[in-house]
Parts: sequence; C-alpha cells; structure tokens
Amino acid sequence: MEIVHVSGRNRGKVMLYALSTCVWCKKTKELLASLGVDHSYVFVDLLPEKEMEEMMEQVMKFNPKGSFPTLVIDDRKCIVGFREAEIREALA
Amino acid sequence: MTPGKMPTDAEISALHEKLDREAEEAGYHLNPDRAFARDLVQGLLVNTARYGYASCPCRLASGNRSKDLDIICPCDYRDPDLSEHDACYCALYVSGPILKGTRKLRPVPERRPSPEQRQAVVREVRTTPLGGLAYPVWRCRVCGYLCARKDPPEICPVCKVAKERFERFI
Repeated sequence: MEIVHVSGRNRGKVMLYALSTCVWCKKTKELLASLGVDHSYVFVDLLPEKEMEEMMEQVMKFNPKGSFPTLVIDDRKCIVGFREAEIREALA
Repeated sequence: MTPGKMPTDAEISALHEKLDREAEEAGYHLNPDRAFARDLVQGLLVNTARYGYASCPCRLASGNRSKDLDIICPCDYRDPDLSEHDACYCALYVSGPILKGTRKLRPVPERRPSPEQRQAVVREVRTTPLGGLAYPVWRCRVCGYLCARKDPPEICPVCKVAKERFERFI
C-alpha cells in the first residue's frame, strides 16, 4: 500500500498522513472524501520499513511530534488531528 | 508492514465487552459511541496480531515492545489526558461528563514526548529506599496505584497493565 490519490475539486496539494488503525485518521479521510477535494493519503503503518522511515521524515518536517492524522496543504499549512472546522475552512 | 489478519466480529465484541466491564469496575468509562469504540478495539486486535502487543491504534508503533511500553493500551498518558481533555488520546476512554453527554469530545493533543525526547529520558530507578521503610513502594505508571511490597504485582489490580509498567516510587 503506497500513496493513494483521490480525484476531486482542486484546492491545492492536499496530503493526508494516516494510520490504518486510527479512528481519527478515518474520520479525516472521510471528511476529505465528503468535501470532494482532490487529495492523496498514505497509511504510514502499512509501509515497508525503509519507506516508513522516509515518510516519517516528511511528517516530522511539518509535525515534529510525528502524530496522526497529519494533513499538509500545499506543502506549508499543516493541521494535526481531526480538527473538522479548521480542515473545512482551509479547504473551503 | 502488512495489514495483518483482520479480527473477527466475535473477537472484537469479546474484547470490547471485557474492556468495558474492566473499565466500569475500576471507575473508568469506554467511549459510549459503540461504533467508534468498536473501531478502536479492532485496531487494538490488529496491532496485537501485528506487533505482539496492543499498542494505541492512533499511534505508530515501533514493533519493539520495550520501546512502546508507554503506548500499550491503557497508555501512560490516559489518566492525565482524561483529567485535562475528558478523553484519552484515541478516545477509547472518556470522562464521566462525556459519558453523560454534558461535555463534548474534542481532539486530544499528543502528550507523548517526541522520539528524541523519549530517548533522552532515563527511566528513573531509585535503588536506595528511604530510611526506615520495610518495603519499597511501587507505582503503576498508568493509573498511579501504589503498593508497598518486595516486587510489583504481575498485573495492576486497578487497571490490569503488566508488571513492567510499574516504577519504583519510594
């Protein structure tokens, strides 16, 4: 399982770093789908060791805690956790 | 890491019921949103099959049990998060006000120190008991249960975590 792309309305580059077992990640993923915005997501826990390390480096650049879900918009705005209002506003 | 074998509905229900019973017996509460809690219980079973221990479904496990002792459910951060945010990090456990519906669940910020900070923390082990004490005092890092005896118990009688989750307190 690698990065999965979901087509939709263009609101910039939207990348969701998630865990396959995390319920808050699931809610964030469902929110992105319901908003219909173009985005990608990756389940970091399902990656092979080396890819996981590389992906964690990317996550930590935006979120030094390395926690999930981490949503990165246009490689600059980062929203950590299922902050629904904030996510809706950022992608409105 | 592979997704691993998915637990059956019966396995999820059995663990959900057990955790719910143990929580209520010890004065804790599982999230009353049954579907939400069930998803988390499934995550615990997936992680148990995948890593060999029930690490928090909302945190990335290392695969090394001794490095992840603090995030084995119930995690070391549950009780401070319940006090401060009315829920643990993943929200499997919630406070009384959330259970009664008088407060609303909000996202809980990650309390676990970053990997670098965790490495820097040397687990404090006190070797000399205070003068006059007949026994050392052990503290459960999860729920704060204290007991004065030669060694910590196999299982915490309050929150049911394993012996290695205890630290020497006095």
